[in-house]
Amino acid sequence: MSRPELQTPPELFYNDKMSKKYNSNSRMVGIQAEISDRCIELLNIPPGQSYFILDVGCGSGLSGEALEEAGHVWLGVDISRDMLDVANERETDFGDLCQHDMGTGLPFRPATFDGCISVSALQWLCYAQTSEQVAKTRLLRFFSSLYATLKRGSRAALQFYPDSTEQAVLISSCAARAGFTGGLVIDYPNSTKAKKYYLCLSFEHGYKTPAAKRAEPEGGAAAAKFDGGSRERRGHRGKPKKGKVAKTRNWVLAKKDQQRRQGRDVRDDNKFTGRKRKDKF
Amino acid sequence: MRLLTHNVLRSPMKGVVEGYPLRIEATDVQMVESEVKEEFVKHMATTLDWGALCKAAAEVGMPEGSLPPALTPELLEDSSFLEALHRVLMDMHVVEGTLVCPETGRRFPIAEGVPNLMCTEDEVR
Repeated sequence: MSRPELQTPPELFYNDKMSKKYNSNSRMVGIQAEISDRCIELLNIPPGQSYFILDVGCGSGLSGEALEEAGHVWLGVDISRDMLDVANERETDFGDLCQHDMGTGLPFRPATFDGCISVSALQWLCYAQTSEQVAKTRLLRFFSSLYATLKRGSRAALQFYPDSTEQAVLISSCAARAGFTGGLVIDYPNSTKAKKYYLCLSFEHGYKTPAAKRAEPEGGAAAAKFDGGSRERRGHRGKPKKGKVAKTRNWVLAKKDQQRRQGRDVRDDNKFTGRKRKDKF
Repeated sequence: MRLLTHNVLRSPMKGVVEGYPLRIEATDVQMVESEVKEEFVKHMATTLDWGALCKAAAEVGMPEGSLPPALTPELLEDSSFLEALHRVLMDMHVVEGTLVCPETGRRFPIAEGVPNLMCTEDEVR
């Protein structure tokens, strides 16, 4: 599937149908919840505190749900009315919504929020949707208004899907120009699917970005494993190439190792690994 | 829209000096009771623009005197005050109405409890 950013503006892309899909598709819900939890973790809020968090690009309110579970009060901002309608249907005690385009600058008083999260929204700012919009101006406007509206000492964790390295660099350089310190945290860098970019921003000068998550080589950390790769890789179509690699035991072990690094769920190695089946089966 | 949200909102228009508080013209206000989070209210109280909150409470039709004229440190220790403040901040919802920018007069509609603060590139540049 090509990138939605290249097709239509966000307020049209996330229409009625897409918003419902976002809320009912269990795979999307799972990924969103996982990212939201990671964002909250990256904010590094002292345990037991109940803070006021800004959620930029709140969509159908899945990230808000994660914030509520963590005990915070949140304010969601989104450009798509249909998404906000879906979010509005949820019964929430601690959230509120507002329709706004983050590219025109956040409409909040200075020093009000204790943190900011964003799930898969920032990359939309890299594309000009009308002739009047200039991508870099919009990014700068967003980051400078975010800088103003956050309380000193708070943090922001913004997850996004950059199209290219240049885009990731553009976004982080705009954040730095607004005055933030911080950088990118890339979780599961070895996997194409589970790889996630988080822009972690802070006001502290000596701020070091938190460590990225990596797939554990041992089976112990099951929670850190990416769960989206259940689809089996299809076999080679058509004629097999000449000089095909023999699937020896070593080849199988190396392959399994690679998949473990990608964070996939891989069976443990044992004496049967890579052994041929008996012919009479 | 809760009054807490209203209290942090600022007009996104270009050229505004302060841009808050936005004036509320409410046609439908609902009170929905919710669980009191004392700690959060206490934490937020110091961030609030108290004058704007009193004004907003009057604009949505709350009786005069439901909020004290000024916030004092002693009040923050009083749990009945914190509960009253929670009722104002979190439980009062402006469902239908309009927000008006105090400086430019631009009107932002509130529909089904969600304020629409979208503005064009011209208005913010």
